[in-house]
Amino acid sequence: MANVDTAVPPGEDPAPFHEAVSDPRRRDFINIAAVAWAGVGGAVIVLPLVNQMSPSADVLAQSTTELDLSKIAPGQAIKTTFRKQPLFVRNLTQKEMDEADLVDVGTLRDPQTLEQRTKAGHKNWLITLGVCTHLGCIPLGAAEGENRGQYGGYFCPCHGSQYDTAARIRKGPAPKNLEVPPYNFTSDTTVTVG
Amino acid sequence: MSFPWAKHYEPKYALTKWVDERLPLPRFVYSAVGGGYPVPRNLNYFWNFGVLAGAALACQIVTGIVLAMHFAANGAIAFDSVEHIMRDVNAGWFLRYAHANGASMFFIVVYTHIARGLYYGSYKAPREMVWLLGVVIFLLMMATAFMGYVLPWGQMSFWGAQVITGFFSAIPIVGETIRVWLLGGFAPDDAALNRFFSLHYLLPFVIAAVIVLHIWALHIPGSSNPTGVEVKGEQDTVPFHPYYTAKDGLGVAVFFLVFAALIFFAPNYLGHPDNYIPANPLSTPAHIVPEWYFLPFYAILKSFTVDFILPAKLWGVLAMFGSILLMFFLPWLDSSPVRSAKYRPTYRIFFWILILDVFALGYVGGAEPIARNVIIGQIAAAYYFAHFLIIVPMVSRMERPRPLPNSITEAVLAKHGAHPVPAE
Repeated sequence: MANVDTAVPPGEDPAPFHEAVSDPRRRDFINIAAVAWAGVGGAVIVLPLVNQMSPSADVLAQSTTELDLSKIAPGQAIKTTFRKQPLFVRNLTQKEMDEADLVDVGTLRDPQTLEQRTKAGHKNWLITLGVCTHLGCIPLGAAEGENRGQYGGYFCPCHGSQYDTAARIRKGPAPKNLEVPPYNFTSDTTVTVG
Repeated sequence: MSFPWAKHYEPKYALTKWVDERLPLPRFVYSAVGGGYPVPRNLNYFWNFGVLAGAALACQIVTGIVLAMHFAANGAIAFDSVEHIMRDVNAGWFLRYAHANGASMFFIVVYTHIARGLYYGSYKAPREMVWLLGVVIFLLMMATAFMGYVLPWGQMSFWGAQVITGFFSAIPIVGETIRVWLLGGFAPDDAALNRFFSLHYLLPFVIAAVIVLHIWALHIPGSSNPTGVEVKGEQDTVPFHPYYTAKDGLGVAVFFLVFAALIFFAPNYLGHPDNYIPANPLSTPAHIVPEWYFLPFYAILKSFTVDFILPAKLWGVLAMFGSILLMFFLPWLDSSPVRSAKYRPTYRIFFWILILDVFALGYVGGAEPIARNVIIGQIAAAYYFAHFLIIVPMVSRMERPRPLPNSITEAVLAKHGAHPVPAE
């Protein structure tokens, strides 16, 4: 029986390759093994090419922000940054906290109480990302004189989303409340975000 | 454009048939690198290097596009952005080492490819256009490699840019104006760095386009082979796929093994430590040399030390460019009708002397310019030109070649101990 290793007689062309007279299982095995191994190598090489686009070490190193709250008077808010995104830090007045507490949580689109959105003992400190959960614009209301919307919280000028004094979505297209980043009070007047 | 016995693409499925009738791209690929391209049956492993060069270019383009996502072409931060790639970007060290060593791999492969062409007479009729386009690709590669080396903005980058653009100042009268125009300033700075980055990104795609022409021109007469005897019939060829896809596949695997060994075990072996020092326009490195792949040409540049009618500087630059432009005339300098050095006993000896000569030039290019090295360089540079301008034309007229086989098949069978059959 002829197979791929059989010498071709002088002056003749190799017999045409027929599955029946050759050794197809051995040849198929080599073919599949070689192509599969090349495929594994190709897939492995794609990993660094894709992963290089993920945040680099220096970007990840920016992921904590230290805040000093001592200069923020009640009713006042400041804009700062966390991971290159705007961060709203607001010192709520008693009136604003009462307004937030009066709302029936069950009627909200993204039901959360003010307590759940602040730290125990620091209910007046509302710390949220200043990124509208609709399409990422910065809502107005953190700076002096800006439109705070009909619920007295934040108002996004892009598509009209309205947030209340607990930065919960009340009206407009945004699906979620403004995100509360992970943070801790390191003292009564300092906070580490991230 | 192809041999009459070349197989034709026959779409098997309704969808491939539908595509083929509207855009016969699969048909084109099949005829170019598939079962529809008949290739001489006797190619040896030196015929892998064209595909390997293509693989090297593909690696350079992929890693280069990725590096460009992180690189900043600004003199103030270019060096830092490269360090940022090395330290902070995920797998950035791998991608940059792959790109830097990929350039070396590309040149290793292309030099072997060129040497293959010289040994087997691949430049001769009817493949002159393949050779000419190859020289164009080589020139584009050199320009691309040089501009890429400038981008990290280290000491060697900066002084390399200074020296290479300095070549143009050798041109009489307008030289200095051209140099200032090329740099966009009086010394390399942001303007030069930005335009080099722009062109370094552009030229690889120009190279890819010229490679398409290179392969197109090759496929008109079909591939040459180690005997240099043209294909006479179907028995002399095998289909490119699966025969040479498999053989090239093995070559590509070995290529990647060597490439990986460089990246993972000696990533800086072929580089210069000085390029990890940020560019300083006020201090030239003590020993400034180009990357290894330019050393033979650098040696030719350095060989001209005395003014002779023209200034030595101009002679050096002319000779350096001339050493490559000479290649454009090679198909007409070598008038021997026999292609392969296998059947040219005299030419074969001079071929190997030329290879040694180029290595000698490479050594001198990287060595300190002491008197002994300058003399070796001058002899080697003179011999380089003598090889192409005197030896090759004379040998091709005077040499008595060995008898050629009647066909590729006859040569193959004779090699395997069989008796050649009369030509059919």
